[in-house]
Amino acid sequence: MSAALLVEAVVLRTERVAPDHYRLVLHAPEVARAARPGQFVMVRCGSAWDPLLRRPFSVAGVDREAGAVTLLFRVVGRGTALLAGTVPGDALSLLGPLGRGFTLPQAAEAAAVIGGGMGLAPLLFLVEELLARGCRVRVLAGARSRQYLFVPEPAPGCEVLVATEDGSAGRPGPVTVLLPFVGPEVRRYYACGPREMLRAVAAELERRGLSGEVCLEERMACGVGACRGCVCRVRRGEGMAWAAVCAEGPVFPAGEVCWE
Amino acid sequence: MRPRLRVRLGRLELKNPVVTASGTFGFGREYADLVDLSRPGAVTVKSLTLAPRSGNPPPRTVETPAGMLNAIGLENPGVEWFLAEGLPFLRQRRVPVIASIAGETAAEYAALAAKLDRAPGLVALEVNLSCPNVARGGLAFGGDPVAAAEVTRAVREATGLPVIAKLSAQVTDIVAVARAVLEAGAEVLSLINTLPGMAVDVYRRRPVLGNVFGGLSGPAIRPVAVRAVWQVYAALRCPIIGMGGIMTAVDALEFVLAGARAVAVGTAHFVNPRAAEEVLDGIERYLVEQGVADFNDLVGAAHDGG
Ligand SMILES: Cc1cc2nc3c(=O)[nH]c(=O)nc-3n(C[C@H](O)[C@H](O)[C@H](O)COP(=O)(O)OP(=O)(O)OC[C@H]3O[C@@H](n4cnc5c(N)ncnc54)[C@H](O)[C@@H]3O)c2cc1C
Ligand SMILES: Cc1cc2nc3c(=O)[nH]c(=O)nc-3n(C[C@H](O)[C@H](O)[C@H](O)COP(=O)(O)O)c2cc1C
Ligand code: FES
Repeated sequence: MSAALLVEAVVLRTERVAPDHYRLVLHAPEVARAARPGQFVMVRCGSAWDPLLRRPFSVAGVDREAGAVTLLFRVVGRGTALLAGTVPGDALSLLGPLGRGFTLPQAAEAAAVIGGGMGLAPLLFLVEELLARGCRVRVLAGARSRQYLFVPEPAPGCEVLVATEDGSAGRPGPVTVLLPFVGPEVRRYYACGPREMLRAVAAELERRGLSGEVCLEERMACGVGACRGCVCRVRRGEGMAWAAVCAEGPVFPAGEVCWE
Repeated sequence: MRPRLRVRLGRLELKNPVVTASGTFGFGREYADLVDLSRPGAVTVKSLTLAPRSGNPPPRTVETPAGMLNAIGLENPGVEWFLAEGLPFLRQRRVPVIASIAGETAAEYAALAAKLDRAPGLVALEVNLSCPNVARGGLAFGGDPVAAAEVTRAVREATGLPVIAKLSAQVTDIVAVARAVLEAGAEVLSLINTLPGMAVDVYRRRPVLGNVFGGLSGPAIRPVAVRAVWQVYAALRCPIIGMGGIMTAVDALEFVLAGARAVAVGTAHFVNPRAAEEVLDGIERYLVEQGVADFNDLVGAAHDGG
């Protein structure tokens, strides 16, 4: 992983993509160049001391030529509300890219990409990179309702299956109803979303002998491994340990995560 | 002419008065890509214990108005790791290091001090007498002048390094604790550690933090911290490292004028990894603007008669 940067990003666009959901496109060329799928950035959402801490967001896509970084977020509190109110030209302090991203396959192969809700954000970036490597990708995407489904643009080699809790698009139910569509050709899987969803996905697919990676969330303060605030339980050797989600993750081999 | 920034706190001499606060800057290495580690007067590392500690269950942090609560529970890789890896990394970069130590008994503190005594690169030991997030040790010592003095004396006898005692403001009489640890051999006081607090998640109807209680830090605690520095300086005129919510040079100068000879930057690093460096630059600018040739002339200057 390349070194983290501290930069002043400039807002290029703030677009409302669904009720309470926004796409934020930032000009931050060094971050765009360095970021890998699964990595995240810590954003200062205001200029005062309240809200105080930076907020973590997955990189949802980059345009390296234009020097742009895309974030996709849901407004859940004051920090995200401030971000939703940004306009082109605003400056935002960005720390990143941070953390360990997804492991990309060395050769072109078939992969399943499974996301629920805002968990689709890092997966959009991942799908782009997988396709660029010639992988065939089957995306299983879940959301509460069709308007909150953030799926990759149609592309050759990429097939998208959807499920919604209210049945407004695709199969009714959680994204896990799509797991039977992870075919025998699939070599590995990648997942991001609520913890309960990840646990169910990992349990089912690992039972079928597939290994994969999951992208986790935890409350963060520093984002760089210094405060030990963002830990999750993982298996290490014979025992268990706390791993810092920001520095040792946010992407972990699914088999390492202790779900209890 | 550049103003003089060098300060002396007992036998501890620092090239400038801005250090990092324990627990907010890891072991320096976490920030090595982002920050010029040679800028601060010293880096104070996360509190070390004899054996590695795994800390509290998550969530370990939560933001509060202009501040945050943390209940890390002194997770750290232990003193042996520090001697083998943590310290050499900083020493290679010529960073003066203050090692913070924490234990559950006076004997544990003494054993830590003995292990660290001759470690090259260390400029002082900071005795954490005030961690609010552990069941034993921590505040149980810092709250009681007799126990605090006993721990300080045990450390003093086990090391030739300058001893800094780090105190909590969550005590009935901070001057009494300060006096006791100075008499027991501390040369410097660090004021203050986080203040005990908690937050409740009204939707889950449960405490937010896995540990229920946590320590409050950030701008929210600054007035409490400045008061603590003022009171102790007024009574004892001893060398003090002031901390608690310092985000900018102006914040730092409040502590200095109240009596701190050095300041520590903590939570601010999470907001701005370069906070310590910027506080230092800001202090230097202030000295130039105000025509003050020596930083030391500001220490305690807000008290009558300076
Ligand atoms: C590695 C990582 C990547 C993330 N990527 C995205 C993303 O791409 N899009 C997106 O919409 N959200 C993402 N999040 C979650 C996002 O960070 C939080 O929604 C945001 O911090 C909330 O800030 P706020 O000020 O609006 O809400 P607050 O008022 O701070 O809190 C509102 C709610 O958000 C939760 N929350 C607060 N801080 C965090 C935090 N640091 N991590 C997780 N939950 C938190 C709280 O439990 C609370 O319920 C990510 C989190 C992590 C750790
Ligand atoms: C996440 C976190 C971890 C901390 N860990 C320690 C510690 O291990 N030892 C210690 O003496 N103080 C610790 N502190 C306290 C700080 O060093 C400092 O005294 C306190 O946070 C007040 O300063 P601030 O408001 O600038 O952060 C910690 C603070 C935070 C926020
Ligand atoms: S947020 Fe500080 S260690 Fe992860």
